[in-house]
Amino acid sequence: MKFWSSVAAIAWKDVLSELRTREIIFSVLVFAVLVLVIFNFAFDLSPDLMLQIAPGILWVAFAFSGVLALNRAFIPEREENCLEGLMGCPVGREAIYVGKALGSLFFMVLVEAVILPVFALLFNIAVLQPELIVVTLLATIGFVAVGTIFSALAVNTRAREMVLPILFLPVVSPVIIAAVKASAISLNGQSWGDMTIWLAIILAFDIIYLTVPFLVFPYVVEE
Amino acid sequence: MRIRILLILSAILILATLALDMLLIPSLDTQNTGFIQYSPVFYWHIPVAWVALFAFLCVFIASIGYLWKRTAFWDIVAMTSAELGVVFTSLFLVTGSIWAKFAWGTWWTWDARLTSSLVLWIIYVAYFLLRAYISSPEQRARFAAVFGILGFVDVPIVIMTLFVAKEMHPGDVAFHLDKPQMILTLVTGVFAFSVLYLGLLFFGIHLKEDAAELTRLKGLMEDNDNG
Repeated sequence: MKFWSSVAAIAWKDVLSELRTREIIFSVLVFAVLVLVIFNFAFDLSPDLMLQIAPGILWVAFAFSGVLALNRAFIPEREENCLEGLMGCPVGREAIYVGKALGSLFFMVLVEAVILPVFALLFNIAVLQPELIVVTLLATIGFVAVGTIFSALAVNTRAREMVLPILFLPVVSPVIIAAVKASAISLNGQSWGDMTIWLAIILAFDIIYLTVPFLVFPYVVEE
Repeated sequence: MRIRILLILSAILILATLALDMLLIPSLDTQNTGFIQYSPVFYWHIPVAWVALFAFLCVFIASIGYLWKRTAFWDIVAMTSAELGVVFTSLFLVTGSIWAKFAWGTWWTWDARLTSSLVLWIIYVAYFLLRAYISSPEQRARFAAVFGILGFVDVPIVIMTLFVAKEMHPGDVAFHLDKPQMILTLVTGVFAFSVLYLGLLFFGIHLKEDAAELTRLKGLMEDNDNG
């Protein structure tokens, strides 16, 4: 019980500081919309081509804006030496990981909740389908689980922001592939039965990448 | 001495594989079937793939070893094995590419095998980028170990996802080694490259340990000069 109350406190601290500074969500949102606009120009899509390419565009937008948001997860902690303060608190290092991941999950889901309607509007595609929403949520959990620990690694390197995408994107590529495939199935109007294998892959990824980083995170924040 | 024996043994075995490959395999393909097991490249491709995956497994084990024991030795093992893994994955990509040109008429296709090995290659190149960007040796070893664990866990997921994505079934991948010559050549190749891997691994560990010792002695000398 104590574990979850510390997790909630850490996550709430991130949400609160974001509500006051509005550093992450606003810039990530603008960036994600920008990605959508660039793709629209780059491909000059006809309606029949749209349904084939749209899931890919959506997930590229999510992945890139995810990198941007996750980069910010540990930079403020580092700049103000807040991480040392957190580590001085009588909470387990695992609680720091879960708390930070929950905070990032909140930002990502918020950004996605805005991007999906914008995407629907710009590309004229119906996105309000339970299948698509479930896929997005599950894939985002995997994203954030990996991204949080890599963000903690990247912030301690010399190149910081540059390192995260290089570590993060190849490792999450299975989730991106599975999410694109599952989203395509959902946007084509098919239902759960057709996407079982993709949901299974995303779920397996989520479970593995919630467990392993949970176990190794204490080694990342040591000193 | 041990290293020299392993390297000489691997050289002999690789020459043996080459001889078997050149002498036995081309004569099998009387109907020009086009299956990969009839192509000489296959007998380099599979051993190299096996060694690459084995090298990444060693990175994983050595990374756990480092986090557990905290001795520089495990970090050196992990790093050397990752270097070899990247080299052998590159060879896998090159031999795969040669096969693709022969069989499909193009150097690269986004086939599940080629794509998944490219993703693995990038993951382990990222391992070295991470190392390069950290100055403190202790932190570098610790972070690399964490990444070595997280990266290896991804290997089966990447391979499985790409095979599902490309709609390939195990039947498409399995190759039927129906001639004894094939099995002989493949076994020799796998054995040759495994010995080469071990030889290079021990050699790399030896080199890096010497380099670390040299750095330590240089530090001592400088301290003496200053003191």
